[in-house]
Amino acid sequence: MAATLGARPAPGRGRARARHRLAVLGFMAPAIIGFVLFFGYPLVATVVFSFTKYDLINAPEFNGLDNYTFMFKDPLLIKAITNTLWFVVVLTIARTVFALGVASVIARLKSGVGLIRTLCYLPSLAPPVAATLVFFMVMRPNGGPLDSVLGWFGLDSPLWFSDPGWAKPGITAIMLWISGDLMIIILAAILDVPQEQYEAAELDGAGPIRRWWHVTLPTISPVLLFGVVNSVILALQLFTQAVVAGSAGSGAADATGSTKYLGFPDNSTLTFPVYLYTQGFRYFDMGYAAAMATVLFIISFAVTIVLVQRMRKNSSAEEGGPGA
Amino acid sequence: MTATLAKPPVDVPAERELPRRKRNVGGFLNWVATHAIGLALGLMFATPVVFVFLTAVMSDNQAFTSDLWPREWHWENFVEVFDKAPLFQYLINSLTYSLLATAGMLISSIPAAYALAKLRWRGRNLAFLLVIGAMMLPPQVVAVPLYDTWSSLGLTGTLWPLIAPYFLFDAFSIFLLRQFMLTIPQSYVDAARVDGCSEFQTLIRIIVPMAKPGIAATALFCFLFTWNDYFGPLLYTGEVKDQWTLSLALATFKGMHIVQWNSSMAVTFLTMIPAVVLFVFAQKSFVKGITFTGVKG
Repeated sequence: MAATLGARPAPGRGRARARHRLAVLGFMAPAIIGFVLFFGYPLVATVVFSFTKYDLINAPEFNGLDNYTFMFKDPLLIKAITNTLWFVVVLTIARTVFALGVASVIARLKSGVGLIRTLCYLPSLAPPVAATLVFFMVMRPNGGPLDSVLGWFGLDSPLWFSDPGWAKPGITAIMLWISGDLMIIILAAILDVPQEQYEAAELDGAGPIRRWWHVTLPTISPVLLFGVVNSVILALQLFTQAVVAGSAGSGAADATGSTKYLGFPDNSTLTFPVYLYTQGFRYFDMGYAAAMATVLFIISFAVTIVLVQRMRKNSSAEEGGPGA
Repeated sequence: MTATLAKPPVDVPAERELPRRKRNVGGFLNWVATHAIGLALGLMFATPVVFVFLTAVMSDNQAFTSDLWPREWHWENFVEVFDKAPLFQYLINSLTYSLLATAGMLISSIPAAYALAKLRWRGRNLAFLLVIGAMMLPPQVVAVPLYDTWSSLGLTGTLWPLIAPYFLFDAFSIFLLRQFMLTIPQSYVDAARVDGCSEFQTLIRIIVPMAKPGIAATALFCFLFTWNDYFGPLLYTGEVKDQWTLSLALATFKGMHIVQWNSSMAVTFLTMIPAVVLFVFAQKSFVKGITFTGVKG
């Protein structure tokens, strides 16, 4: 640790600079070591493993592009990619629009803001496993609470997590329930919109909806972009909700051994990370899992670059003066 | 040492009242409409948990029915689940993981965040970009080689592969702490330096006390993230039952340990309590922390 740094004032400039360098190195040392061990090395190793056949027991065996060419012939992988793309599109749009809508309503409240904000935010702190089970119970067909409530209006509840067509919308509903963090971010941005802009718009005769459309939205657009990027990353990583919904839906809940529930029903919840996990850690086809991981890395890297550029633009705008 | 410092101007944008609108009929209807929607929203978010709670206190038989309201209140369900599964063991495992990881994070991330926020050095921007990159990386990308390494060290089946990294590097915590430290004016750091503080003293005596709200928020997020983690415990301890965390064990309750809805909902309800308690005690830190991840670049 950095505790060994000297405390005496530096007599010369050269020594001061050397001490400064030593301090930086001391502060950063754990992070640098950690980054190399847990990100640098495994990233390189993933790419290397992706050109091998490896089962964790026998030494890795080079097999060229086999893992990659197999991807094109693997119907389950294509299914997994389709599922993840579904979430990237639907979840991203739904989550951003939903969070924006809720935040816009909360921003207009004049009383009870704290309570309602808390109610909207709390679910996002629940363990994802618990949140999934909550919805699994509430949405269970044949006598679940949602089924009963829909029944009052003469509506039939879908089978949700037992129906290949409804499992993904069901998971999306869970993800919306726990999107409180994004709501808080958007809400803070809305409350941060300069008041004068609203007043100017009001003088021009703009009603609440037009003020929202012409003042609020453009001003908070950088935060909305953050929401989109953040949601895409969330969708790309979607794992826990898919596994738990699949296992609870199949009625064969089991953290180990059996793979029959993964993707239940009919592989409709088999997301890319779930399939990667299945291949790597259930069938111990580490080479193939590494190839999938490499693909996932390239995609999430591209998404991250979008975010970083947004942040750069933002911070340079902040330095340049008010306004984004 | 330095002279006593004034209260730090660490402030996030405060919530502001919207302008008072003219009280006319349209305005009143608008008020009712917005508040009705607001109330409906609050109810929508709260209702699922209310159903979970009501199911948890039902009798075994009633929990299978479509009743929404318990006929009798079986509070003992919350106690009996401890007999049906080794919940105490899982609780201890969860606490071990979350507390040790949070402690490790504080040791490793505070100095790194300080170096990234307040010290000037070549490569600092690149280092910060790498932190963001690591933060955005899906955990599945690096899982294969890491599992391979931990397995050759004989540590799979324990919680150590999950805890150890926090003592060196946790991207999200470094990121969040840096964002907080950026709001501390550089003049405090410079003043400490003029007074002859070493960088380490400046960190411990000036920055850490001033960044306390930020450190609290980061610790809360770290605790909750590890408490809620499912992929990590599944990957490393999935096959060793006595190492399961609550989150991991919970995923198996519906079906394996417990068939009844009331018991599985009782456990579900119990695992959500820590988050609620933490939030009630530290609401400001949470909101501040969340805001910081998104708004400030």
